[in-house]
Amino acid sequence: MARQFQPRMATGSDLLEGDVVYFTSAGNWSRRIEDAALAVNPDAAANLLSRASAFPNAVVGVYLVEAALDDRGRAAPAHFREVFRTRGPSNYPQHGRQAEREHV
Amino acid sequence: MYDYTDFDRAFVQGRVEEFRDQVERRIAGSLTEEEFLPLRLRNGLYLQLHAYMYRIAIPYGTLNSRKLRQLAMISERWDRGYGHFTTRTNIQFNWPKLRDVPDMMAALAEVGMHSIQTSGNCVRNVTADHFAGAAADEIEDPRATAELLRQWSTDHPEFAWLPRKFKIGITAAPHDRAATKTHDIALRIVRDAAGAVGYEVSVGGGLGRTPMIAKTVREFLPKAELLPYIEAILEVYNLAGRRDNKHKARLKILVHEIGIDVVRARVEAAFEERLAAFRGVNPGLLAEIEAAFAPPAFVALPTEDYARAHAEDPVFRSWVDVNCVAHRRDDYAIATISLKPIGGTPGDATAAQMRLVADLAEAYAHDEVRVSHEQNLVLPHVPRAHLPAVHAALQEVGLATANVGLVSDIIACPGMDYCSLATARSIPIAQQIAETFADLDAQRDIGPLKIKVSGCINACGHHHVGHIGILGLDRAGVENYQITLGGDAAEAAAIGERAGPGFAYDEIVPAVERLIEAYLDHRLEPGESFLEAYRRLGAAPFKAALYPPEERSDAA
Repeated sequence: MARQFQPRMATGSDLLEGDVVYFTSAGNWSRRIEDAALAVNPDAAANLLSRASAFPNAVVGVYLVEAALDDRGRAAPAHFREVFRTRGPSNYPQHGRQAEREHV
Repeated sequence: MYDYTDFDRAFVQGRVEEFRDQVERRIAGSLTEEEFLPLRLRNGLYLQLHAYMYRIAIPYGTLNSRKLRQLAMISERWDRGYGHFTTRTNIQFNWPKLRDVPDMMAALAEVGMHSIQTSGNCVRNVTADHFAGAAADEIEDPRATAELLRQWSTDHPEFAWLPRKFKIGITAAPHDRAATKTHDIALRIVRDAAGAVGYEVSVGGGLGRTPMIAKTVREFLPKAELLPYIEAILEVYNLAGRRDNKHKARLKILVHEIGIDVVRARVEAAFEERLAAFRGVNPGLLAEIEAAFAPPAFVALPTEDYARAHAEDPVFRSWVDVNCVAHRRDDYAIATISLKPIGGTPGDATAAQMRLVADLAEAYAHDEVRVSHEQNLVLPHVPRAHLPAVHAALQEVGLATANVGLVSDIIACPGMDYCSLATARSIPIAQQIAETFADLDAQRDIGPLKIKVSGCINACGHHHVGHIGILGLDRAGVENYQITLGGDAAEAAAIGERAGPGFAYDEIVPAVERLIEAYLDHRLEPGESFLEAYRRLGAAPFKAALYPPEERSDAA
């Protein structure tokens, strides 16, 4: 039996800042993973990647990755690499996204 | 040290303007990312997990106070006020903005620095013994050769697009402190039976997914014939290296596939042709390079106060005994400044620490600083009379940890805390091991031990040549750490053997503790090091400690 399709999100790096961004359902980019658009089947995922790849001079290294859902059904990181990308380096809590997340 | 000539300055300045133009065109959208990527990599600019990373070359690990202060300034003005010294003796800044990099590069050029060839499929920064020019056991300063190779390799048109990256390491001492045998070309300066100075040349070393120790291709190469011989090696590699498969593209694979004897025959044939056409290195240029590495003007200072401090102050004594080694002059010492404070990030230094080291080098140590591949800094020429002042100043900024060569002096790559290639974190593992063995007296009892941690198979953390090597992997979406045992980066270079199944993130540090307990239980006497005990006993007692029987049955 085919494995159930895991939702995907599109993420990449901001060309100028180099930091992590997520493609939203509004068709733009956000620095908050909660804003990431979710694709729930393979066709939607291909479509999401195609739409997210339309900003080659703003966002680079765009890829699809499996997403988990938080308790409000919003995108959350599934793999530990993506968890670290939402935070920053574990040796310096004052650097990276983790330093700015007190408002979440 | 070697100061840039007008030619060098013009070249580096030209590169700044070229890269500024490339960045502007990328931002304007006239260069695509695909077009820009190889250009930025050739200038040391990577895009990593959280930000760009800018890697700056420190040729043969040699700095002076002016350069180090400029690095401190750059880190504060355009980055986050610290830098990370790497196993290639370079420095990396982890938070630059794309727009700022040309300005950072211009600031480097002001002090004769750059980021050229710190990435890409070209000849990378040449590394040398970090005690060069100071060590009691060396034949001559190997950095003159390293500088010659830097000049020769910079923008060399024939070797700009090699199958893969290419690394050269050099030492002039019988004790290999520069891990030369892990390089594509390992050069060891030696004397022949008649006393003439030349090179023992080995090829095909490298770590990564297929670790290999370099094999000797020429026992003795006369000094004057170095460049045509190196060109012959690169020619053979350039033509026959596997361009079809990135993972098989390094010289080590070619040496492994066709054998060292075939490689030697091809190299010697190519060498014969090149030598016939070689008119020699411009003697004036060579003399200038050699003069740049003449020893500093040593001064004879009384050592009574030093001897008294050593006798009376146990903290100072411990630092001297562990972090300082014999200099070619009795009244001098080579002082290693540990960038491994307990619980800190291996290889990191803040701007304030860089400035303090620059001040000490200028005031007390002939204005020389080195970066070691083990991610520490070195003051290579310190009069013993000045050691107490140097130590006191280092204590003020948290740089006086007396742990060089001990269990907490760990090499760790940036791992998944920064690197986009990483499969697991390295830094927190190193931090936790250091914290577990925080007590410096206990560390001295354990004795010389090199633990090296890599966060992926590319092995920037040199785990294969660690006495204890740790490799972080992604196993089904969870961090998992493999242990290798018995590796050695020194003259008896050896690749460590995999001990067995890996350990989870929270199991790896206790596993290392068990290894060290087993060593303490089994060593013949305190003078027998971990590596010596491993070589005598083999892996069995260590594996037994790593995988106690009850755990083995649980895992089944």
